[in-house]
Amino acid sequence: MRGCETALSIMVYNKPDVLARIAGTFSARGYNIESISANTTMNPELTRISITTRHDKEVIRKLEKQLARLVDVISVEDLSNGGAVRREMLLARVFPPPGEEERLKDLVLEKGWKIIACGDDSFTVEVTGNQEEITQAFLHLGPFDLRDYVRTGVISLGGKGIIPGKLQNGGPAGA
Amino acid sequence: MKLSGSQIFFKALKLEQVETIFGYPGGAVMDLYDELSRHDIDHILVRHEQGAAHAADGYARATGRVGVCLVTSGPGATNAVTGIATAYLDSVPMVVFTGQVSTRTIGNDSFQEVDITGITRSCTKHNFLVRDIAKLACTIREAFQISRSGRPGPVLVDLPKDVIQSFLEEEDLDVPVLNPGETAPPEEREEAGRKALEMIGQACRPLILCGGGILRGKAAEEFRIFVKTLNIPVASTLMGIGAFPGSDPLWLGMAGMHGTYYANHAISRCDLLLAIGARLDDRVTSKVEAFAPRARVIHVDIDPVSLDKVIKADLAIESDSKAFLKLLNRLLAEKGLQLRPDTASWRREIEQWRREVPLSYCLNENIKPQYVVQKLGELAGGEAIVTTDVGQHQMWTAQFFRFERPDTFLTSGGLGTMGYGLPAAIGAQIACPGKLVINIAGDGSIQMNIQELATAVNYRLPVKIVILNNGYLGMVRQWQELYYGRRYSQSGIHPSPDFVKLAEAYGALGLRADKPGQVEATLLEGLKHPGPAVMDFLVEPLEGVYPIVKPGEPLTNMYLGKQE
Repeated sequence: MRGCETALSIMVYNKPDVLARIAGTFSARGYNIESISANTTMNPELTRISITTRHDKEVIRKLEKQLARLVDVISVEDLSNGGAVRREMLLARVFPPPGEEERLKDLVLEKGWKIIACGDDSFTVEVTGNQEEITQAFLHLGPFDLRDYVRTGVISLGGKGIIPGKLQNGGPAGA
Repeated sequence: MKLSGSQIFFKALKLEQVETIFGYPGGAVMDLYDELSRHDIDHILVRHEQGAAHAADGYARATGRVGVCLVTSGPGATNAVTGIATAYLDSVPMVVFTGQVSTRTIGNDSFQEVDITGITRSCTKHNFLVRDIAKLACTIREAFQISRSGRPGPVLVDLPKDVIQSFLEEEDLDVPVLNPGETAPPEEREEAGRKALEMIGQACRPLILCGGGILRGKAAEEFRIFVKTLNIPVASTLMGIGAFPGSDPLWLGMAGMHGTYYANHAISRCDLLLAIGARLDDRVTSKVEAFAPRARVIHVDIDPVSLDKVIKADLAIESDSKAFLKLLNRLLAEKGLQLRPDTASWRREIEQWRREVPLSYCLNENIKPQYVVQKLGELAGGEAIVTTDVGQHQMWTAQFFRFERPDTFLTSGGLGTMGYGLPAAIGAQIACPGKLVINIAGDGSIQMNIQELATAVNYRLPVKIVILNNGYLGMVRQWQELYYGRRYSQSGIHPSPDFVKLAEAYGALGLRADKPGQVEATLLEGLKHPGPAVMDFLVEPLEGVYPIVKPGEPLTNMYLGKQE
């Protein structure tokens, strides 16, 4: 698909139909949503919706204006260009072949992932990271017989003076 | 004291100074209709909910006030949807109240239940489902506020029956005072205004394209002053007709698919285009790449979504038309004569085009539809309000009826809704009881809401219906002739009913003319009749609307019709 990936952060009033209005703004014009997540904020009356979409910049500008026009939308921010942290979560269920369990546990430890559930012969691994890291996780988990997964889509948090990947007291945070 | 939902509803309408509701009762709104008689609000009982929505729309367009309609749930609400979408596309302020089944049964496929907020989400400016009586009054206030603020539009409020039937202590009634929204901050606008005047001052061939935004913004007077100060020719969109006097030499008429030869050439040749309150849809631009190719474009619109949507403007200004034109007029008064373009030779160039190809038609032994429109314009004068339906008659009206005043041409431009004209005329007549209100219709369109003749008769509204009866869905037939190898698929609609007898059956006056010599007398008789009158003109069946620009072609590629 043409265009570059764009992360939009949309602040809206927390109302039952607001998600439908946002989604409708995309679908009515034939635009696709690649991922979407919505949740409450510090202010319980407000919801932040994070959407990633892939279109050229001109389309994105139009979309931003169309979204901003909705009565229940407070602000629309394009978080693609720096100044924002972005994360996605993956829950992956693997069925390691007999004898491979320890190697899986080592991998999880090394990467800073978590095993959050174990079945008779399965492990559910939680991975949090940027999209590149999630893509890498698939490559690593594939050999352990990856049979099912779910991913959240990207959530983003923008803000002035935020430098992604920096801890306040210096030193990279490993992102 | 406890107030019922119905009582709160009418209290809230009073606060918004609503005088008239267009509506149709039904199961879900029985309580509201029961309460209605205790309040000083006129209710106009239409004969179909689509008629209610169009009538509220006509009322709103004629006055600038918010039109109000009230319909029941389910089919009542869905019938209104075409009227709502019509108002949405033409930015008409309107609030539609729909009944809804009780909150506890919503979602159960109850009798006459539809998800009307879901259905109208994409054709309203906003909509509400009121689930709590405590929110009823403030929701109604917000609905009116949203409807008339910024770029106006329809707002729907869905009212579940149990909410309307429940009670609230009067002291708990909360009606907030809402602030009107403001577009661009004044300083920013002032800067843009100076820049715009500078660009206009540098131009040799400036042209203005005026749109419906000037009418919605009540800015026609400011616009006239601005145009006359700078002597810039004015082309218009369909929706902008009436924003500038049609008798003024600077008026070039409508541009676009059926625009005048000189307006379309002016757009193609101008070196500066100032578009005000026009969203530049495909009927205006035709081939976008060839639209105003030599021009720097200044685009003023209240809705930022309209800016840089179709045409990338050199200067895009988010502003309400009235505020912006006031600003320009003030700046011009300050600056004196120094920055004004000399448009004399440019106007001569345009006059040459006007002389070469004026709007015209050929007379023969049949009644020419353009002749009826032109004659009607002469007889009715500049004060009449004219509504149309959609198709050839609509374009002939835009071309040949000379409009002098704002808010006198009410037509469905964006959605192109056949069946709009008669109910809109009813709404306009209710709003302006002393004015002459005329619906120019086609034989196809008039049958789409003919039932509203009963409403006109019921309320003794002297609306005049002029049917240009050619036995065809004329615009479809014309396209088939020009673009579909003369394969006239389903565009003939003869036989139509006998419109004279039909008018009489409804209790209106019916008149017919089938010879050119009868046109004037028929019009005079219909116009002087004190009640509703239907005038059926059997016109030249194969007449076309010219010029016509084939969709997707540059505006200068105009087909001017067979030269008879």
